[in-house]
Amino acid sequence: MFLLAIDWTFFLEKLILIAIVVSLALVIAMYSTYAERKVAAFMQDRIGPNRAGPFGILQPLADGVKLFFKEEIIPETSNKFLFILGPAMAMLTAMMTCAVIPWGSKLEIFGRTISLQIADVNIGILYIFAVVSMGVYGIMIGGWASNNKFSLLAAMRGASQVISYELAMGIALIALLMLTGSLSLKTIVEQQMQTGHYWNILYQPLGFLIFFTCAMAECNRAPFDLPEAENELNMGYHQEYSSMKLGFYLFAEYINMFISSAVIVTLYFGGYDIPFVNETLLSPNLAAVLGIVSLFIKIFIFIFIFMWIRWTLPRFRYDQLMNLGWKGLILLALANMLITAFVMLYIIK
Amino acid sequence: MPATESWQANKKTERMEALTSRVQAVDRRPMNFWEKIYLPAILRGMSITFRHMFRKKPTINFPEKQRPFSRVFRGMHILNRDEEGRERCTACGLCAVACPAEAITMEAAERKPGEENLYREEKYAARYEINMLRCIFCGLCEEACPKDAIYLSETFTPADYARKNFIYDKKDLLIPNPVTDPEGFAKAKGEQV
Repeated sequence: MFLLAIDWTFFLEKLILIAIVVSLALVIAMYSTYAERKVAAFMQDRIGPNRAGPFGILQPLADGVKLFFKEEIIPETSNKFLFILGPAMAMLTAMMTCAVIPWGSKLEIFGRTISLQIADVNIGILYIFAVVSMGVYGIMIGGWASNNKFSLLAAMRGASQVISYELAMGIALIALLMLTGSLSLKTIVEQQMQTGHYWNILYQPLGFLIFFTCAMAECNRAPFDLPEAENELNMGYHQEYSSMKLGFYLFAEYINMFISSAVIVTLYFGGYDIPFVNETLLSPNLAAVLGIVSLFIKIFIFIFIFMWIRWTLPRFRYDQLMNLGWKGLILLALANMLITAFVMLYIIK
Repeated sequence: MPATESWQANKKTERMEALTSRVQAVDRRPMNFWEKIYLPAILRGMSITFRHMFRKKPTINFPEKQRPFSRVFRGMHILNRDEEGRERCTACGLCAVACPAEAITMEAAERKPGEENLYREEKYAARYEINMLRCIFCGLCEEACPKDAIYLSETFTPADYARKNFIYDKKDLLIPNPVTDPEGFAKAKGEQV
């Protein structure tokens, strides 16, 4: 009988947390599209969307409504099941990563301590890697099921790009994990919050740079947006998609951007740590709320940097991309790992 | 030295005069290490885009804000009236002849007794049409007109959905009557109200 005794409040509180995190991710992705267009406009001396609502603030809603009312086209020669599975997969994997990111420390409500993390898995980073690498199936299945050579080519490019960059990303992470000695994201954040311990960016600047570059490549964003290189592949792997299925693909990209920013912040920039403030002196609830605010400010800064780079750099050529990945970043990451290992073994000890 | 070679050598020394003073030779040397890591160049590029974010935007929000036209702007035509509100056009057809795009057609009619307050002279245009899709807004009709009857105003021809709506007839072209509607008259003439 005791086996069946489920802590229902725990269940409920996790459910609410999931609902909040998922809807937050969706809203942020929605407004990232707006921010993207505004940032692009400002960087090109334009004004950007300003017709829907004040400052164009309702633009994402208008876009969403438009996508919903577009004609739904499933090509005759496509594999119907896979064709629908593709965007669903992209969206699912994008959303699944939210689960292990610590959004804050603990909140105390009604005498209960609520952890602001959906699941504190002790292999958090591995989980993220596993889910992110599933994301390539969204692209691959979509491109394959479209039965269009341009989609397929784009999907192949996307797959090879993601796989190549995942390698460098993983090696860059190993160096970080040597420092932290833990795979749990919560532990990593708490280590960075300790007094006398700084953010991991100070210990792993090169690792951060590699990780950041790879994250950009994983998100298929410029300068690594080869899967959707319009001038070579028409529209890329979502060429045959229309209506909300296309919307899902585009949306998944923005969610991915949000999640990668969150992961970068968690790993290298202290997560929900408030800079120059000792959280233990504040009341726990206040510290938690301020921590969430600081986490989101950091995330928004990174989203902005993602966009900033997109509107600055031209796209890499395919061979340049592969050269950078295999001959540049992986070697750098390996060197970084070896140096870290050496320092850990002989200098710190 | 063979003749062709000396001719080519001669051609090389006689370089064409540079079209601009901003010509820059492309540096094709292989990249050094500093350039190969891309980062300095990327950061420089990012600083440029960042500075652009705070530049003044040249955009003009069109329907709300409109740029003033020049006084000599050649826009949509108006058929003018005299100060008593009578139509000036006598349907002489000089504008139609002058028109290089053959956009103007008209039909003349004789003024009947009692219509002296409507038409300035004995002959007037019963029908006067300009095909705005053919018109090239050159202003030759305006120059040809001996009666000061047709003018190119400082307004656009508005957009429409059907081609047939671009054949403007008298009711689209005639200027408002200065006696009954002086404000509309001034506005159509392009004067500052």
